[in-house]
Amino acid sequence: MAGISIELLLASLMVAATPILLAAIGELVVEKAGVLNLGVEGMMITGAICGFAVAVETGSPTLGFAGAALGGAALSVIFAVLTQLLLSNHVATGLALTLFGLGFSALIGQGYVGVKPPSTPQINLGVLSDIPFLGPVLLSHDLMVYLGLALVAAVWAVLKFTRTGLILRAIGESHDAAHALGYKVVRLRFLAILFGGASAGLGGAYLSLVRVPQWTEGMTAGAGWIALALVVFGAWKPWRVLLGAYLFGGVSVLQLNLQAAGLKVPVELLSMSPYLITILVLVIMSADKRRAALNAPAALGRVFHATT
Amino acid sequence: MPQFLKSALAGAALALALGLPATADEPTKVGFIYVGPIGDLGWSHEHDQGRKAIEEAFGDKVQTTYVESVPEGADAERVLTQMALSGHDLIFTTSFGYMEPTLNIAKKFPNVKFEHATGYKQAPNVSTYSARFYEGRAVIGHIAGRMTKSNKIGYIASFPIPEVIRGINASYIHAKKANPDVEMKVVWVYTWFDPGKEADAAKALIEQGVDVILQHTDSTAPMAEAEKAGNVIGFGQASDMSQYAPSPRVSAIIDNWAPYYIDRVQAVMDGTWESVATWDGIADGMVKIGEMTDAIPADVQEEAQAIADAIAAGDYHPFTGPLNKQDGTAWLAEGETADDGTLLGMNFYVEGLEGDVPN
Repeated sequence: MAGISIELLLASLMVAATPILLAAIGELVVEKAGVLNLGVEGMMITGAICGFAVAVETGSPTLGFAGAALGGAALSVIFAVLTQLLLSNHVATGLALTLFGLGFSALIGQGYVGVKPPSTPQINLGVLSDIPFLGPVLLSHDLMVYLGLALVAAVWAVLKFTRTGLILRAIGESHDAAHALGYKVVRLRFLAILFGGASAGLGGAYLSLVRVPQWTEGMTAGAGWIALALVVFGAWKPWRVLLGAYLFGGVSVLQLNLQAAGLKVPVELLSMSPYLITILVLVIMSADKRRAALNAPAALGRVFHATT
Repeated sequence: MPQFLKSALAGAALALALGLPATADEPTKVGFIYVGPIGDLGWSHEHDQGRKAIEEAFGDKVQTTYVESVPEGADAERVLTQMALSGHDLIFTTSFGYMEPTLNIAKKFPNVKFEHATGYKQAPNVSTYSARFYEGRAVIGHIAGRMTKSNKIGYIASFPIPEVIRGINASYIHAKKANPDVEMKVVWVYTWFDPGKEADAAKALIEQGVDVILQHTDSTAPMAEAEKAGNVIGFGQASDMSQYAPSPRVSAIIDNWAPYYIDRVQAVMDGTWESVATWDGIADGMVKIGEMTDAIPADVQEEAQAIADAIAAGDYHPFTGPLNKQDGTAWLAEGETADDGTLLGMNFYVEGLEGDVPN
């Protein structure tokens, strides 16, 4: 691979993967709780503009990201109220949320087109960032990249080792049984949806504040749908979702670099490679049908109504 | 016949009777479909400026509607059907990928007039129109060749269609002429609008040592990336993108659709509309070169302006021989200029460009 710096490539991989990773890990929790929220794209783009607007107005990217999380969560409240309290269909409501988010963000964004956001600082680890190879690849990013990784680890640990995680999974498997045991199905799902909204919002803001950085209508351009697909192909497992996000982000960046470096591989092949490779790897990993089926939350997308 | 059905039919007949003859005071209805959001600050934004110009020119004699971010393909047909059914007289379909959908729907609605941008297939009620963007690309190609210090120019290409390939060739020829050491790196992103991907492509090019970025995608994301890199310049695409002036945006190719749109709406009102294939350039004002900023040295500005003026005056054609195709076979002899047919179907690189044109 003449002329491609592996260091730079791996470093930009982490940047490219972070938006979908954040959105996907949020959606994973939502789906584990038995809720299918197809509004990820809408929450992402809302987060993108909320984060952008707050960062521009306050001059602080940190507040921007906080605003993005709030914005994404606020939008998800609509979904939570409709599906959990008014018992509407998850799929239809989620799709509506995406449409609403796209339009709503365009409306808020009217005054922010062409505005430049304050730049998000990279963390400064002093000498650590100077370590050859590891420094530039792993240790010289902004905080959000690490937050994404930390979130994956946290979600994994909570789902696997804590009582809260157990209850959440129980609700996702059978809300009736969980309800009969006295767990607050609606309340917990509400919280899961909020978490998903906040994560998607952060992912969107990462796009508008770091990766691009600017506000453009419709700028998520399908990233939310990729995140949704990652959750399924990653068989609802946090580390696989991480792998999927890095694979997708990595191959996307790699193929552009290969093109720029003039590699003699048909461009068509390179262009489809992110989708192809990600799906292939994750499908092979989840090839055991029985175990994959066990991972899918049994109550996913089913409306819960407490009869007793 | 049940009563409700009778009245429904009567109602429909009444609606038809009222709908068919366009009375004098009924506004002409003009529809637009855009491939991106009107806030992309690029391609779709400029078409929407054209739409607004129609409203301004005709006031309440005209009614315009638009649908943005319409995917190329089946979705486009759905939107077009909806527009045709809701009484539009003239519909502009503003992306190459709407070609087949436009023709399909036009066949079903012979009384509705369609205008398809950048395509090459006409029908009795389908006109095509496009701008000779390659004239503008020749001018910025020259600036790029003169301004690059690394002798590497990056090109973010969307889809391998003649229009895009023409742009790559035109800018390469003139960059090379201005600077024989120049090398052009082309990256295909297979999208018209995806800021994240466009930014990634720009980043990949910059990592490869490129210090001038030309783009054939619609968002300003590559410009933001160039700004981040610091010593990289770019050009506004389709729209002025002056938010990034004076640098990285040092100039721009601007599409100016308004005069054409106003003409065509007038033709519909006068009943003189007929199917044509329009392809105008700098001379007719359909392609404009955005203001060159001070980041461009004065002598380079003058040279670029001279090229633009020569093209406008008809003294110079951006594709003038001697030119060879990429494989070394002769294409244009000394002094020979390319004919429109070849340009419209261009599917090859000129000599010197590396890589293959994707199929």
